[in-house]
Amino acid sequence: MLRIEGLTKRYRTGDLALEGVDLEVPAGQVMGLIGPSGAGKSTLIRCINRLVEPSAGRVFLGGAEVTGLGRAQLRAMRRRMGMIFQEFALVERLTVMENVLSGRLGYVPFWRSLSRRFPPEDVTKAYRTLDRVGLIDHVDKRADALSGGQRQRVGIARALVQDPDILLIDEPTASLDPKTSRQIMRLIGEICSERGLAAIVNIHDVGLAQMFLQRIVGLRHGKVVFDGPAEALKPDVLTQIYGEEDWTRSIRDDEEDGDAARADRKHGDHAAEPERERLAGLT
Amino acid sequence: MTAITTAYPATWRRPPFIADGRLRWALIAGAVAYFVLAIGGLEINWVRIGEGLERGWRFVAAFARPDFLSRWDDIALGMQESLTMALTSTAVGILLSVPIGIGAARNLVPRPVYLVCRAIVAGARSFQEIIIAIFFVAMVGFGPFAGFLTLSLSTIGFLGKLLAEDIEDIDEAQAEAIRATGGSWLQLVNYGIQPQVMPRLIGLSLYRLDINFRESAVVGIVGAGGIGATLNTALDRYEFDSAAAILLLIIAIVMLCEYGSSLVRRRIQ
Repeated sequence: MLRIEGLTKRYRTGDLALEGVDLEVPAGQVMGLIGPSGAGKSTLIRCINRLVEPSAGRVFLGGAEVTGLGRAQLRAMRRRMGMIFQEFALVERLTVMENVLSGRLGYVPFWRSLSRRFPPEDVTKAYRTLDRVGLIDHVDKRADALSGGQRQRVGIARALVQDPDILLIDEPTASLDPKTSRQIMRLIGEICSERGLAAIVNIHDVGLAQMFLQRIVGLRHGKVVFDGPAEALKPDVLTQIYGEEDWTRSIRDDEEDGDAARADRKHGDHAAEPERERLAGLT
Repeated sequence: MTAITTAYPATWRRPPFIADGRLRWALIAGAVAYFVLAIGGLEINWVRIGEGLERGWRFVAAFARPDFLSRWDDIALGMQESLTMALTSTAVGILLSVPIGIGAARNLVPRPVYLVCRAIVAGARSFQEIIIAIFFVAMVGFGPFAGFLTLSLSTIGFLGKLLAEDIEDIDEAQAEAIRATGGSWLQLVNYGIQPQVMPRLIGLSLYRLDINFRESAVVGIVGAGGIGATLNTALDRYEFDSAAAILLLIIAIVMLCEYGSSLVRRRIQ
């Protein structure tokens, strides 16, 4: 579905964000991309739809080359890639419906979008998608009136009405609380399997990544340093991606290594104690 | 724990803005000397001030009994011209400043377009209204048309600059999201930019409407028509009571505009 060959990005400041990244994501696979801040995760997914122009390398989507497309062809190509953002990136002063319909902008002529007279199929599609993400009662609200989790659902709906082949998801849970984060990740997973969508998910939270994603790619200093199943993320691998740290507590405890994890968690509770006291003192 | 005692200072002063003490005092002394010399350089003619005070007092006293009636036809015509001038120049100014303001936003257009539009904005802003008015009066003759051209031009400078700066300050993420859907440039402006800048643009346009009305009174003095011309005539004839009536009307209308625009601005926020 998506193939990346030798992707390199050097910013004008001279920073090398990506260095010869090769990656392949088959149809229907939801892939997690982890790595420390500044490793190039955001740059990587923005190079795929060329919101950031790659310096070298090639990107293919379903056999067609994305890099090297002209303006109009690039716009047509972007319709096939739905993007979901860290801080939701909704147009705050537009209604939920307008935000969702903006996912159709690549398909409709300017005058239709200007007068908000989208084709009936598009409107039906927007309603259906809003119902799927659980926001059918909020159609006419302004985006800035919604909670964080609701906003990200609008963001997901906007990406879905594009009828994409792949979702590019940049830190979908970074501004959400732990429970909402799980709900959003679960929703993304369900939707991808319902529609057979491929996705690349940039994610900071290693535990969350392991919980919802099958394949994990680790990025460090713009290079792929790990590519494997989520279960293979062991402390030594995390050290390789992020650097030296006590990783035992960040890793999700499976049944297999339940004992060790439980012991670690106990240890973790003790460590969390002073932290809680400190926070209590602050209030 | 072994107590290690270190003597910490008990006083702290904010580091001065100019670190070099001599330079700092030299600058202060220089500023004081300049001020004293400047005051000394003013030539004050106390006799003329005495005469002027009397005339000034008559002018102030005229406010107690403003004469709306004896020059009412002139005043009504002047007001009508000024209001027309203010409204039309604001409308034309907005229509022209929106494309120019978009063109002068660095984050939205290619560099050559940006430079051209910035140059237009800078040009429109480089002269004060009176100077532009004198130029247009020389070009198209006395009357409100010169005033209309003057105010339209300065509206373009004002709104164009502020709109461009507002567009450069938008939340880029919202615009990026619209780009990512495959929307065209026009759709990006309509969906990603317009909702973010619209409330401020409306507020600024209303503000500019009352500026234009006030300025229409000023440009009239150099012959560009409107209530300013009427006011100038009244002053030339020493008809202070008519002049007072005109000034009171201007104040009333400006306050009305101010009240109206603040009402609208509160609604759209």
